[in-house]
Amino acid sequence: MKIDFAIVGAGPAGLAAAALAAELGLDTLLIDEQEGPGGQIYRAIERADAAGSSSFGADYLAGQPLVAAFRASGARYRPATTVWHIDPDGTLSLASNGASDTIHARRILLATGAIERPVPIPGWTLPGVMTVGAAQILVKTADLVPEGRVVLAGQGPLLYLAALQLARAGTPSASLLEMTPRENYHAALHHLGGLWAGRHAVAKGLGWLVALRQAGIAVRRGVRGLRALGRERVERVVWEGGEIAADHLFLHEGVTPNTQISFALQLEHRWDETQLSWRPDTDAWGRTSVPNIAIAGDGAGVGGAEAAALAGRLAALDAAAVLGRISEAERDRQGQPILAALTRERTIRPFLDALYRPAPAVLAPADDGVIACRCEEVTVGQIRRAVRLGAPGPNQLKAFTRCGMGPCQGRICGPIVGAVIAEARGVPIRDIGTYRPRAPYKPITVGALAGMGAAE
Amino acid sequence: MPEGASAAAAVLLAGLASLRDTPVTGSARTPYCMMGVCFDCLAEIDGVPNRQSCMVTARPGMRVRRQRGAREIDPHDLPGELPSFPIPAARSGGA
Repeated sequence: MKIDFAIVGAGPAGLAAAALAAELGLDTLLIDEQEGPGGQIYRAIERADAAGSSSFGADYLAGQPLVAAFRASGARYRPATTVWHIDPDGTLSLASNGASDTIHARRILLATGAIERPVPIPGWTLPGVMTVGAAQILVKTADLVPEGRVVLAGQGPLLYLAALQLARAGTPSASLLEMTPRENYHAALHHLGGLWAGRHAVAKGLGWLVALRQAGIAVRRGVRGLRALGRERVERVVWEGGEIAADHLFLHEGVTPNTQISFALQLEHRWDETQLSWRPDTDAWGRTSVPNIAIAGDGAGVGGAEAAALAGRLAALDAAAVLGRISEAERDRQGQPILAALTRERTIRPFLDALYRPAPAVLAPADDGVIACRCEEVTVGQIRRAVRLGAPGPNQLKAFTRCGMGPCQGRICGPIVGAVIAEARGVPIRDIGTYRPRAPYKPITVGALAGMGAAE
Repeated sequence: MPEGASAAAAVLLAGLASLRDTPVTGSARTPYCMMGVCFDCLAEIDGVPNRQSCMVTARPGMRVRRQRGAREIDPHDLPGELPSFPIPAARSGGA
């Protein structure tokens, strides 16, 4: 099958891009791993009704018009489908229902969003320890509200939002352990200009704090040295100077771009020292170092859902211009107000990035016993030992320890490995580099591969 | 359990102590990320091992089995004798 425009990921960036691209006359296909549109932020949004979803608030329901516009646009849709390889010639290899097929697209947009930053603490592999995003997904998709004593730990807007959502959804009592380093407050003050421009976002954040208090959630600040303890599952959460009994521990230290496919494609990336993450090099339209591949949304640098939708529209306009549906002048004319809105949306970021910058001990845990690679169960101490034995970077580390060689393909341990090696060698993370991910981006069965030829 | 919930969510709802044991140390794991990233929710679903249960929608009658260690390969599933690959002797002096 040959199409104009393939979009990978049905979150805000992908949905907005698909709707506009189809409207501009491009034969557009939106491919997504989930069964319904929305990505992680608007997960199960089509199941939500305005009245019944009050625990998620207006920010969540903002996904409804996006999905409605996409559904009405005429863009094609392949849900429950995994993109497991992209060839720079425009061929995408897809897997769904245990079978694999390929399509060819004249232009490809990666809208693969963000993933939660790993929070490697002692005990983070214990049953009962999950990410804050996981807790949200369980409520959104399964009406599953954690029972018992709930502890949320880490920092960032999503942590407060999730605590509030859990309280509204019926979690009886929760404690929030804020791990924001004290020096972050001073650093964030330098971004007061951004704070003024982003005052709506700040007001929203202050509103959450008030609501947390009203919801009876105990907030403890300046928490360091967090550990999860328990035999069969998490039983206690301990930190420097305190401890609390826990049946669930939800961790969050912000999100980072999901760069698995962009690195596999060997697009140009650079280290972003303010967001402490790698991001692909993109221009204002989302163009990358490979001419027919663009990236929009958090996958190109974390900016949030509203910024992602705007970036998706810019990428759609550019695709229409490149593929000859509109002129470059028309692209610029329609793009100008979107670009202005995107700039406004991003003004708050430097403030948020400075305020919620992860502590060095979150990036590279001091405790040698902490597991870095959850799949192969490689500890931080084993990584430090491998560096002493001469492993200079993440890819050599694989041969020394199998770190990053399990089923997640380094998605979780990648950031930890980069930070630990950098610390051990005394060089900046940007000089360490990353794993080089390869296809298949997600495991597929030999049966699905073998069936490809027969189906074509 | 609402329609569209994942097999991993169903397992958590059922209160199972763990979904898999790790291949390396055999320690118990339950889902960590619920969004297809961590692979800690790998389980055998309807006879197919190593599936990301957080990415599979639960359906009536679905069988989700706890996966112990790496997936097993049943020798009866393989056609005939396992092929053997002779390993060439290491050459000295090469790069």
